[in-house]
Amino acid sequence: MLEIKNLHVDLEEEGKTILKGVDLTVEAGRVHAIMGPNGSGKSTLSYVLSGRDGYEVTEGSATLDGVNLLDLEPEERAAAGLFLAFQYPVEIPGVGNMTFMRTAVNAQRKARGEEEMSAADFLKAVREKAKTLQIDADMLKRPVNVGFSGGEKKRNEILQMAMLAPKMCILDETDSGLDVDAMKLVADGVNALRDEGRGFLVITHYQRLLDHIKPDVVHIMSNGRIIKTGGPELALEVEQSGYADLKSEVA
Amino acid sequence: MAVPQTKQTTTEARLAGAAVPVGAGWITSARETALTRVRAMGLPERRDEYWKFTRPDSLTTPEAPQAAVYDGSDEPEMFGNLDRLKIVFVDGVFDPEASDDLALEGINVERLNDAAQRDIHWAKDLYGSLEERGQTPVPRPLASLNTALATDGLLIHVTGRASKPVNLIYIHKSETSDALLHHVVKLDAGAELTVLENGPAAARFNKVMEVDVGDRATFHHVRTQGRDHERRAATHVFARLASESVFKSFTMTANGVMTRNECVIELTGDDATAHVAGAAMGDGDFHQDDTVFITHDAERCESRQVFKKVLRNGATGVFQGKILVKPGAQKTDGYQISQSLLLDDDSEFLAKPELEIYADDVACSHGSTSGAIDEDALYYLRARGIPKPIATDLLTLSFLAEAVEEIEDESLRDEITTRLEAWLGRRRG
Repeated sequence: MLEIKNLHVDLEEEGKTILKGVDLTVEAGRVHAIMGPNGSGKSTLSYVLSGRDGYEVTEGSATLDGVNLLDLEPEERAAAGLFLAFQYPVEIPGVGNMTFMRTAVNAQRKARGEEEMSAADFLKAVREKAKTLQIDADMLKRPVNVGFSGGEKKRNEILQMAMLAPKMCILDETDSGLDVDAMKLVADGVNALRDEGRGFLVITHYQRLLDHIKPDVVHIMSNGRIIKTGGPELALEVEQSGYADLKSEVA
Repeated sequence: MAVPQTKQTTTEARLAGAAVPVGAGWITSARETALTRVRAMGLPERRDEYWKFTRPDSLTTPEAPQAAVYDGSDEPEMFGNLDRLKIVFVDGVFDPEASDDLALEGINVERLNDAAQRDIHWAKDLYGSLEERGQTPVPRPLASLNTALATDGLLIHVTGRASKPVNLIYIHKSETSDALLHHVVKLDAGAELTVLENGPAAARFNKVMEVDVGDRATFHHVRTQGRDHERRAATHVFARLASESVFKSFTMTANGVMTRNECVIELTGDDATAHVAGAAMGDGDFHQDDTVFITHDAERCESRQVFKKVLRNGATGVFQGKILVKPGAQKTDGYQISQSLLLDDDSEFLAKPELEIYADDVACSHGSTSGAIDEDALYYLRARGIPKPIATDLLTLSFLAEAVEEIEDESLRDEITTRLEAWLGRRRG
């Protein structure tokens, strides 16, 4: 599904190289996790895939079901089925959460040549999905992420993911700033979306999120490369001995 | 100070052939003294400090510059969903056929022409007098010109709670119309009224509204100036607020080659509240100027100014806002913010925020910013599949929302938001 080959990326402004040859394939129906110390390039990978400005790809490729993502505008990548749950969801005062989500759903449908969702169908779908994420009517009515707690923002990301039903979901440090209960709620939301046709890439610093979202494959990223790949046990190993051991092991 | 020669020439050229309209003694006298004021001040010139950011030329020429009539018939009627008393003016002339019956519970509405023929009238003490009070410390000669020459407009006496809003609808039909309208609104103690205004009015429009808000009375004003691109307008609102009264005014401006909106408010009674807000969207050769002057002359009054402008393709937005706190106006709470969202490098926002305070126990703040679209927010919306132009519109709405939220009534707020969305969407197409 998602195929990343030898991806090299520089920060445009500083000319600094962040990703130094990332190779990664996520198959449909599977959950991959990327772990790694701060500054290893995990978040950069998610930004480059989703099309944020400020990065320059100097080498390599990234495709989603054969479509070259790197040639597309961010909205085209989303319409192609890529979704990034942000580490820091942006607050947008004055734009209702529902208006935002409906605009997004219908823009994607339009881009794919599908029929737009009616207001009634949309409302029904959003209410149903919001309920399982314990998002109340007030949160749906309020401006996007304004006045939301950290946990509410992350739940709102998962709600958007559920409404947009993407093929490939990237979760960037979705556990950051969450207490155990909030993390469980978010994980339940993600698990409910696990599906044979959908791939997940879960980026996290800590192993604890992976107790709730069980990965099939775990990658360790360090200094712009994947340095080790293994099963779920790799996450536990990191938890016990930290990243330093792994780094020296590879070196 | 003597009026400079060039100014005298401009003023006399404008006044040539103009005569004070015939009326009863009280209004003739008000008009004549207003005409004397115009001559004493002279019409504005570009050299005037108060017109530093806005060229007054096209507002003072003897003839109105031509303006093509905009066809907005494919849009739903403004305020069309609301139960309101409709009063229509075509090119500045009252149109009884298109207007509702002027009778409304809680208020008494008269046409200026009719009232001006009567020897005794409540408007005697108000017509031109709030305008005159607003001439110091800064002259506003276009308003005096209006007082001197206007023949049409409304005199509204609010004795109780008006059962529905009064909607003044200004239709533009002639490409050369030069309209002057003068309204006077008097709210008795505890009275309540909402005035809605919409439409381009004329090729050139000079409007004055004097509002006298009595003790504990409430006046709401929501106005849209929209889409008729070539129109020009100079409008003034003069309001005087008695104790515990409330005055809230919101204006949405879209397009218009020249718009100058002045709002002059005097808080003369304790515990009064005055809010003035504006949302403007300018595209291309658009020039829009909000000039606000709020005088606190009583204790514990609150004033707020919230102005937002979105500008692109070389549009210009101006804000001149002043809070003057007189000696003794203790516990004044004054707030002022003006912000622009510049969608390209060609557009310009010029702001002059001012505070002048002569009391020691007050809280006043002001701020002014200019900025581009927030790139993080734009990326967030696009990452959800929203194409860049629509995402930009959403962020534009987001930016204007703070001003729109100043409208207290929810149905009016929704109406304005819907219209903003439609106008933004159309501009794109």
